[in-house]
Amino acid sequence: MIRKIVYGVFILIIIAAIAIFMSNYKFGVDKMDVGKYYLDNTVPQTGAANVVTSVTLFYRGFDTLGEVTVLFTAALGVAVLYFMGENKRKQKLQESNFVTKIGTRVVFPFILLTGAYIFMHGHLTPGGGFQGGALIATGFLLLYLAYEETSIDRKKFYLVEGLGGLTYVIIGLLGFFMKGSFLANVLPNGTLFDLLSGGIMLPIYIGVGLKVGSELSNIIDDLMCEVKCEEAGGEE
Amino acid sequence: MNIYILIFSYLLLVLTIILSILAIHVKDLLAAVIFMGGGSLLVSLVFLLLQAPDVAMSEAAIGAALTMAIYIVAVKKTEREDNDD
Repeated sequence: MIRKIVYGVFILIIIAAIAIFMSNYKFGVDKMDVGKYYLDNTVPQTGAANVVTSVTLFYRGFDTLGEVTVLFTAALGVAVLYFMGENKRKQKLQESNFVTKIGTRVVFPFILLTGAYIFMHGHLTPGGGFQGGALIATGFLLLYLAYEETSIDRKKFYLVEGLGGLTYVIIGLLGFFMKGSFLANVLPNGTLFDLLSGGIMLPIYIGVGLKVGSELSNIIDDLMCEVKCEEAGGEE
Repeated sequence: MNIYILIFSYLLLVLTIILSILAIHVKDLLAAVIFMGGGSLLVSLVFLLLQAPDVAMSEAAIGAALTMAIYIVAVKKTEREDNDD
């Protein structure tokens, strides 16, 4: 009983503190100068129509390289834990129904196309490498759910993944050797709203999109193998 | 902001809360996973209405599809029914 009262008083104190703290702030009002700086300088400095992409890839490109590395490490960890090698014994699964199969056939190419569109137009429209790559992985997930016998060619996916990551680092090093700072803009800015604009953002986002898509597809392959193929001598 | 958009996003948020409560209380774990995925799909719609299409895309692809796949694999490897009373 006393414990509950103590908990209640504690929660009330926390709520009151948050309320007092937040009442000093107005929402929707600019307090940081850096946001205004980005809005004012994105177009002349980077030539990208999408300010969000210019922040993630141009002003904070080094952070994004770190994020890509984190995702790479996570995919590597899943592969180390779950990948069982080539000779798998298939477990009998319930076959998916007709609508799922035909619907997947219709929708799958469009999902791939939309994903590619999103990461290629990252500097013009909302979205970018991560969103496009995740969408592509979603398409492969649908393929795995509809057709039991699906399995991707892992070696080619690893190759695409490595090349995508390598593109990012090579462009960063090009900036280092040509302009004197890592990930400096070595390509011309181009005309605003053109596909070939935004300097280094377009090749980097193509690399990141392919990398994230193949990485997440590999993770899906690992997970689906965990369901489908039992280890020899496992249960059942 | 347009008043209809505001009302619609509040409706979506209330539906999200209902789906979350259902996801906690339902006995069939696969149904709980599907309720959770539906909840994240509605949240991604709210993001879209609040003019954050980047976040909406990430939420729809990762929150609604890929996370659901991971949970479904986990349910498949364990028991489907929740028999803890």
